Amino acid sequence: MPYLGSEDTVRELRRALSNPNVQSDHLRYRNTILKVIRAMSQGVDVSGLFSEMVKACATVDVVQKKLVYVFLCSYASLNPELSLLVINTLRKDCQDPNPMVRSLALRNMTNLRLPSLVEYVEQPLTAGLRDRAACVRRVAVLGWAKLHNLQPNSDIDAAVVNELYSLLRDPDPVVMVNCLRALEEILKEEGGVAINKPIAHHLLNRLKECDVWGQCEALKVLQRYRPQSEDELFDILSLLDPSLLSPHPPVMAATVSLFLSLCSGLPAVSLSALERVRGPLLAACGSASREMRFAALCHIQLLLRSLPGLMGAHYKRFFCGYAEPAYIKQRKMQVLVELVNDDNVALVLDELKGYCTDVNTDTAQAAISAIGRIGRSYSDRCLEILTGLLGLKQEHITSAVVQTVRDLVWVCPQCSDAVCLALEGCEETLQDSQGRQALLWLLGVYGERVSSAPYVLEVFIDGVRSEVSLGVKTELLTATMRLFLCRPAETQDMLGRLLHYCIEEETDMCVRDQALLYYRLLHCGIEETRKVLQGRRSDPSLGVLIGRPAEPVSQWARSFNTLEPLRQDAAETDSASGGSAEPVTSDPKPNTDLSDTLNPSQVEMVHTGSEGASLCPESSADFLASAAGVPLSLSLSPALSPEEFERLWLRRQGLHAERGGEEKEEEEDCVCVEERVHCPAPPRCSPQSLQAALQLVNIQALAFTPPHTLPWRVYLYTHTTHTHSHANAPRTTLILGELLYTGEAKESKGRVKKEADDGEDAGEGAMEGKEEEKEGEEVTDDRLSERETEGGEREEEEVKVTLKQQPRDEEALKAFLSILATVLQTLSSERA
Amino acid sequence: MISQVFILSSKGDHLIYKDFRGEARSDAVSVFYEKVTALTGDQPPVVMTHQDLHFVHVRQGGLYWVATAAADSSPFTLIEFLNRLTALIKDYCGSLSEKSVRMNFALIYELLDEAVDYGYIQTTSSDVLKNFIQTEAVSSRPFSLFDLSNVGLFGAETQQSKVAPSSAAARPILSGREQGGKSEIFVDVIERMSVVIGSNGVLMKADIEGEIRVKCYMSSCSEMRIGLNEEFSIGKSQLRGYGAAVRVDECSFHQAVRLDEFDNHRILRLCPSQGEQTVMQYQLSDDLPSAPPFRLFPTIERDFGGRLLMYLKLRCDLPPKSAAINVSVTIPVPKGSLSMSQELSSPDQSAELKPQSKAVVWQIARFPGGTQLSALFKLEVPGLSSASMLEVGPVGLSFELPKFTASGLQIRFLRLSPVQPGPAQRWVRYVTHSDSYCIRV
Repeated sequence: MPYLGSEDTVRELRRALSNPNVQSDHLRYRNTILKVIRAMSQGVDVSGLFSEMVKACATVDVVQKKLVYVFLCSYASLNPELSLLVINTLRKDCQDPNPMVRSLALRNMTNLRLPSLVEYVEQPLTAGLRDRAACVRRVAVLGWAKLHNLQPNSDIDAAVVNELYSLLRDPDPVVMVNCLRALEEILKEEGGVAINKPIAHHLLNRLKECDVWGQCEALKVLQRYRPQSEDELFDILSLLDPSLLSPHPPVMAATVSLFLSLCSGLPAVSLSALERVRGPLLAACGSASREMRFAALCHIQLLLRSLPGLMGAHYKRFFCGYAEPAYIKQRKMQVLVELVNDDNVALVLDELKGYCTDVNTDTAQAAISAIGRIGRSYSDRCLEILTGLLGLKQEHITSAVVQTVRDLVWVCPQCSDAVCLALEGCEETLQDSQGRQALLWLLGVYGERVSSAPYVLEVFIDGVRSEVSLGVKTELLTATMRLFLCRPAETQDMLGRLLHYCIEEETDMCVRDQALLYYRLLHCGIEETRKVLQGRRSDPSLGVLIGRPAEPVSQWARSFNTLEPLRQDAAETDSASGGSAEPVTSDPKPNTDLSDTLNPSQVEMVHTGSEGASLCPESSADFLASAAGVPLSLSLSPALSPEEFERLWLRRQGLHAERGGEEKEEEEDCVCVEERVHCPAPPRCSPQSLQAALQLVNIQALAFTPPHTLPWRVYLYTHTTHTHSHANAPRTTLILGELLYTGEAKESKGRVKKEADDGEDAGEGAMEGKEEEKEGEEVTDDRLSERETEGGEREEEEVKVTLKQQPRDEEALKAFLSILATVLQTLSSERA
Repeated sequence: MISQVFILSSKGDHLIYKDFRGEARSDAVSVFYEKVTALTGDQPPVVMTHQDLHFVHVRQGGLYWVATAAADSSPFTLIEFLNRLTALIKDYCGSLSEKSVRMNFALIYELLDEAVDYGYIQTTSSDVLKNFIQTEAVSSRPFSLFDLSNVGLFGAETQQSKVAPSSAAARPILSGREQGGKSEIFVDVIERMSVVIGSNGVLMKADIEGEIRVKCYMSSCSEMRIGLNEEFSIGKSQLRGYGAAVRVDECSFHQAVRLDEFDNHRILRLCPSQGEQTVMQYQLSDDLPSAPPFRLFPTIERDFGGRLLMYLKLRCDLPPKSAAINVSVTIPVPKGSLSMSQELSSPDQSAELKPQSKAVVWQIARFPGGTQLSALFKLEVPGLSSASMLEVGPVGLSFELPKFTASGLQIRFLRLSPVQPGPAQRWVRYVTHSDSYCIRV
């Protein structure tokens, strides 16, 4: 039947439905209706049968009624006129002595979703609220919510709202919970149902009568309640304690959310609540349903951000079952990496080693990169495992190992000897572009220590014509240039061939431009080239700071028990959690590499989540509290890429340049502000400590100049979220900022001009974006120096802050500025 | 708040579609199927987002059970609801498969209609729902006691002489009405083991997750008392009785269970509702009361012809009267393995090389306790190097241990009160499954 054309089906069904013989035999009639519904759920358009189905509605057979209602509710909106015919039957059913029939009629009356029928529905709904059967009251209460959403503009009678409030005392718990739900929807504009002290305590006392779903709903609504005194708060908490340990994960999670919102001012209490919830969460991790396991794992990751030691003793619970799906295995490995300590490292590595040869390549790669993460603290053991894996000569494993090793070397330069030894011969098994890029980077940077490096590169250069990946080509250029600097005799010939090919034959602009750049660079002499190309080969500061400071619970409390933790994919979780896996180590990409080597004294790219040293451990909470009385929270997610930052920032610069040096501008719902903060020290302190201090309050520094250079600048961004006192929807904005310190005002103008010129010389042939940035900076600088000459003498002690906010939100901006000022001043005072 | 619920077959056919709030777009189903089939291996599938639609889904019975909801809804609630929905449908339709869902779509619409109103979950208790559900379930195969083709998977401790067929509990709960009220009650103790044994034979991890499930086909049963072992103790410190204690780390009960006799006599009292419910859940970690059920003694070497020789001895350490069934041993082997020759110790075993998953799968239908089996696999692997040996293992076992609980939990008695008028049948079944049983080599 599903394969018949839908027209034939509908015609046949109509004939059957209007056949008097069928109509008189209620079993045959019901079966025909069943066929209609079946066709409907298979996606056949059976709306043409509407009038026949309306007739079928008038019956005493409850099963048939239900079936017809399923049909009518799906198609009523297509046939508003005909639906009017049903209303009579429905209203008659509302008088039926059988409560089941009454509730059925009432529910479907409100499910028709036709604004034209509202006037007929109101009266039975009002009667339904006072029905003696609980099942009718349940339906009637929700019916009002449906009615309200059907005509969002019409005011629901205040009498109805009052009646709903009084029904909160209904003996049936489902009616009570439905009242909450209905009032939430009806009073959405006013911020939902008003939870005062009597209502809150009434709900708390009746929590036990509700089933799991009702409890979750009530707990969620209670999050808006603020106890008036500390005694009351602790009474509530002790009342809620049993549900914290509930065997039902939904109730447990809802209770945790409520705890976190009630105790937002008492971090110690919320931390101890989280400790208590460890058992139930671990139980959920072992649940029979894999989806439930996954949800619990994601939430454990959240908890670990604030309580890194929470699961330490239970690390074995995160060993992967061999039949578990890959996505659970990967989450478990992410958790395992966090739990490693001196006692369990051997066991954990042993376990992870077993996953490296998993049939599923994603799992294998995740295991290898997990070992790499652990390698930052236990490099010897991990390198031994990783080099052992290279012996397998399997494509995906070798590729993952080489990438992991590259990332590891970037953080732990002391591993480089072992890595250089292991690199021999693995180019034969590498197939994918990511792995080959990693290998090329390693060969370029450590070329003098890998004896076979020139031969490997030669193979790559011979095959460059058939190379498809742009990344590999640009990486190959850089690597060959670097190798040329340390082993010129062996490399000169092949470098010539490579440059010739890239400049003369390559069709891609990026590769060609890069080759041209290198070609001209070589003309400038070997010393210049060396200065540009030999950038940093590692960033040990990232590796030392293993124990990152625990985040305050408020960072993630809002997203607990929502879909958000489950939605983030692995990379996002890493950067959001401040861990430093992939994003940091993707640094050695040709583009960023180029830009930082181009102009070494100017802009140093240090993008994304490196850990912060705990400079002022207690500070973040204080800042947040002191922020001009506005509850404001900052966050780093979603992460902003340097390219994106540049785009947004330049748009601002364009605007600014047109209008001249006004103090404040408004355009397209975004706002720019310039402020001066008095704090001499930051330009002199180390990038790491500044980065750490900013990160502590969730501000991300995207790029900054090395200390003691003038002019000194930092580019940073953050997301603000804050709740206005009147509206309950939290507003989020994005703030981009620049800190600028020019030192002596008089000198700055000349210097700036000169540097900008230099920049343009060097940047010739480089990517256009970079040039634009230079120009943008020049504009700022010019304007600034003008202002400074007229400004006065006090500038030298001040850092100029330029902020851009989108969309505008003055309160949040002010609060952010005060946070930023506090951070900078704290830094200064610590230096002093 | 749930906006839509739909059930899709694994091929993407629409089986059930219910829009509760009329807010979401109607093409949600096809959007979902496109997204779920386009997922790559490393993306978690449970929650997916398309514009402002958020899909949460579970997979059971080979079907996709999907709910769409707002971003701030609780994942625990949604997943628990979908799981509960599958359980309800299993209760009402007898089994969970594409066929049974197709045949009972009217019943499922009715269930959904009563369980959820306007996206808010009203009730999922089968006790409450049974008053509202009018449609009769259509069983794909009518249940008959004479269909005893697969007897013997579970025994009944209470009535040693009789054995219930394993499919006895796979029938709709409401069909009792017409079948003349055959009142039966099944109490299942189900445990899942996850074990890791190191290459030196040391037990590295052993967890047991267990539950007591009651499946009730009785229309009138006011109270049931389940007696557990007297020596049952919870937590590390508590010890009871003089015999070998049955210990669990953590234990939680269904909210309908009354525990007034639990402290002294280890008796659970409850009024079972029709259908299936989990009465008690418990966990035990890092400490098995007895030896792990299987030990493996592998010898893996290369012979002169460049073949990989794997000589495996597998010993079953269960008590002699129990046996493991459906044992399947998966041994990952080097990727390049071409072919395999095998020598197995008895004819009822089988083994084959699965090239797709690069593993040798060794199947043993029945493995009595206290015995030992051995197998010799010779694998042809071109270019076998010493590093390839790393690719062998860890070995995974999956099995089922009927009439056996790894924790030692037993049910002493099962009493119904008031005493049932008709011939009420009470079944107690024990089974332990392997959740994950890994042996490193």
